[in-house]
Amino acid sequence: MPFIPHTEDDIRSMLATIGAPSIEALFDEIPPALRAKGLDGIPPGLSEMEIGRLMSERARRDGRPLSFLGAGAYEHHIPSAVWAITTRGEFYSAYTPYQAEASQGTLQVIHEYQTMMASLTGMEVSNASLYDGGSAVAEAALMAVRAHRRSKSLRIVIPTTVNPDYRRVALSTAGNQGLRFESVPYVRDSGCIDHAALGAYAGEDIAALVIQQPNFFGQLEDVDALTDWAHAQGMLVVAVVNPTSLAVLKPPGEWGTKGADICVGEGQPLGVPLSSGGPYFGFMATRMELVRSMPGRIVGRTVDLEGRAGYTLTLQAREQHIRRGKATSNICTNQGLLMTAATIYMTLLGPTGLAQVAEASMARTAQLVAALTRLPGVQAAFTGPRFHEAVLRLDRPAGGVLRALEVQGVLGGVDLSADFPELGPALLVCATETKTDADIERYAGALGQALQASRAA
Amino acid sequence: MNQTLEKSIFEYSRPGRVAAAQLPPPVGGRAAAEGIGTAVPEALRRRKAPLLPEVSELDAVRHFTRLSQLNFSIDTNFYPLGSCTMKYNPKACNQYAMLPEFLARHPRAPESQGQGFLECMFELQEMLKEVTGMSAVSLSPMAGAHGEFAGVAMIRAYHRARGDLARNEIIVPEAAHGTNPATATMCGCIVKEIPVDAEGDVDLAALQRAVGPNTAGIMLTNPSTLGVFERKIGEVARIVHGAGGLLYYDGANLNAILGKVRPGDMGFDVIHMNLHKTFSTPHGGGGPGAGAVGVAARLEPFLPVPLVARGEGGYRWLAEAERPQSIGRLSAFMGNAGVLLRAYIYMRMLGREGMSRVGEFATLNANYLQARLRAAGYELAYPTRRASHEFIVTMKKQARELDVTAMDIAKRLLDHGFHAPTTYFPLLVPECLLIEPTETESKETLDAFVEAMTAILDEAQSNAAKLKGAPYTMPVRRLDDVRAAKQLELTWKPPQAATMAG
Repeated sequence: MPFIPHTEDDIRSMLATIGAPSIEALFDEIPPALRAKGLDGIPPGLSEMEIGRLMSERARRDGRPLSFLGAGAYEHHIPSAVWAITTRGEFYSAYTPYQAEASQGTLQVIHEYQTMMASLTGMEVSNASLYDGGSAVAEAALMAVRAHRRSKSLRIVIPTTVNPDYRRVALSTAGNQGLRFESVPYVRDSGCIDHAALGAYAGEDIAALVIQQPNFFGQLEDVDALTDWAHAQGMLVVAVVNPTSLAVLKPPGEWGTKGADICVGEGQPLGVPLSSGGPYFGFMATRMELVRSMPGRIVGRTVDLEGRAGYTLTLQAREQHIRRGKATSNICTNQGLLMTAATIYMTLLGPTGLAQVAEASMARTAQLVAALTRLPGVQAAFTGPRFHEAVLRLDRPAGGVLRALEVQGVLGGVDLSADFPELGPALLVCATETKTDADIERYAGALGQALQASRAA
Repeated sequence: MNQTLEKSIFEYSRPGRVAAAQLPPPVGGRAAAEGIGTAVPEALRRRKAPLLPEVSELDAVRHFTRLSQLNFSIDTNFYPLGSCTMKYNPKACNQYAMLPEFLARHPRAPESQGQGFLECMFELQEMLKEVTGMSAVSLSPMAGAHGEFAGVAMIRAYHRARGDLARNEIIVPEAAHGTNPATATMCGCIVKEIPVDAEGDVDLAALQRAVGPNTAGIMLTNPSTLGVFERKIGEVARIVHGAGGLLYYDGANLNAILGKVRPGDMGFDVIHMNLHKTFSTPHGGGGPGAGAVGVAARLEPFLPVPLVARGEGGYRWLAEAERPQSIGRLSAFMGNAGVLLRAYIYMRMLGREGMSRVGEFATLNANYLQARLRAAGYELAYPTRRASHEFIVTMKKQARELDVTAMDIAKRLLDHGFHAPTTYFPLLVPECLLIEPTETESKETLDAFVEAMTAILDEAQSNAAKLKGAPYTMPVRRLDDVRAAKQLELTWKPPQAATMAG
């Protein structure tokens, strides 16, 4: 009973108060035929010392390879203070702040987060976060259909330059409500949305165009032209962005003449560890006039009985616990702890630090691309400006090259052959501010060896 | 608890102040020598810096530490929040889930660089199968509601795969969590609500009338949100299965029966488990949760991807290619991996003997508290029933006679140092408090709670006005929710701008 405090005396006196002969008797309303026979498949319990040893051994087995992986999750330095504070019991073990008077800490953090995210994205309002980047794209598609005043269309245009896993999540999540996702190809030279192909949708009744910036390949789209075009066709614009990039890139609120309508993305780069894919958080921001169509929790500032400022959950009439079957979404959590970490991260980095992280990541990626494309058989797949990722084309299958690198302790990138076979053998690589000259030389050296070895073979 | 309000982080901000230790080192040397430009084209460049605070590291640490002190939490207060299972979150679960190798592992890292992690995930799937009596488990849903979505989507996929296209109605008892009908709608289903009888069991006659050729399934919580075990579950299963529908188990109250009854043995076809309740991962002020789903054999092909499999070469992922009938991917990667590690550690620490004691002692604590509060003069919503791991008291008499509501009791409890129970849920019991003590609370804590509740009931008689003004000892008094929704202040504005706007 590792965490149960009851003594034998406690149990006796509690049963006497209840008037039951045994703990077993408390289950007398459950039909006997349904009772479990025991849990033989569960191993016996472990002490903290034993579980500590087991987990440390398993973690050691996974090692710490030198990683150049990105594709939706990015390695950044996380200040020590971020998780030292986030894991304080008062944040870690608190519930959703429904009792506002006893939750002012959590509520104020959310309000500060909303302020930072709204400003970073150039939008007017932000919610308190969603599950992750993929589910945020799905929720944005559903929101666009709800929010579109003049159209009842369930069609969303989502180009192939949007992260393929986000496209999958959007379909799994919103397909059941009849949403249809239509794709648009990219230009082979630039790795950006094919504007001419997009033109085929001119005049069609479409709820929204989704634009990812930087796109899945790391390339920068012409967001102004795309936004203005979509608005001219009567579509809403859903922006999918990397929050780090927004320190240097034009925020979605300023795209084109009117700005994007809904902005979402993966919040992980803001102080959240990679941790095999989660927990992360999705962010969502929009224009004030669409706030009532936005899913998820929102915190507002108000006053108490004595006129003092305080914070509370607001606009709850959109949510499942009030609206039930008519709610904007069934979501009833935000990723509170991750959003708390991101708020502390953004505070510690500030506008200067975040811009320096973005610039250093861009510089390291440019340096990586230069170093790797000096090797014979390696070339950049696309021209044009990029952020902190790049697609490299190889002269032989990427899988074998990646495995050879892995043996040398280098995770050399994401193999794109399954999702983008038309590219031929191709890798998506990423370098952030965490990579040094030595790291990049190590990768280039290992890749050179791997290519030579397989050429010799 | 700290009672001093904390100003906004933006009020600490001074232009040009930086937490310099956190800045990345300048990229020089090789990169600079090669003259690599990092320029963003002018048209795509950000022109005005975002409104982020400019503070020192100490400013930030003090500010967020002070904010944390404005919260109630399990670590600081008894938290008898019904339906939420606010039990102790063991520190070991956090520490060992945050080992540096686990934190650094990229979701796209190859399986060979994650065998330790994948072994934990595989064993977690196996243990969850065992405690629930289901055939297969997917860990990818990221919250209870997300698990519900996966569950109902699988029910739809199952009927569709059989060519049974008309089944689009989901039956939900009126006491259900709001997420149940919201989920059914998100899955493109029509919701049919049915009543429960005076003792809290499903009204079988109403159920019989509700089922038919359009029935996709029923969503049930057992023990129900009324804090009682659904005794007619066998009959419910026969009626729904007889009509061609499936049974969905909402695992919100799994803690009550852990180790005592398994949803699979009750006839359920699909379940979700709230790992942040039953398996004690933190609530984190509103997330992250984890909503793993389990299914009976006939629904196995439809589980959301990815899944973890064990083969000769070790542990590996199963994704879309290996699972063509899957309802698909619900997260860009594999869900809330770090939360799943915490649940794994918790289950391994409890082991098989600890697991069944969870249900036993959660039930003992709830029945003890129910007996004592009844003796103290509180009216039970279902006085003839055993409590499960939670129970309901109703303040309808006090509301009528003294104008004292459940909300007033809840707010006054805060002054006594206790978090309020769940109020006004389930909706069908007027002026209700749903109370769930959990197994990790001691008899002394429960007795202190009864003392506070007794004092409050006395106060309702002697000084109702005082009660209605509660709380008095929190950082703020009751907040004006109407103003919050009417005059939306969703972001911080500099004081002068706020004045001008106001």
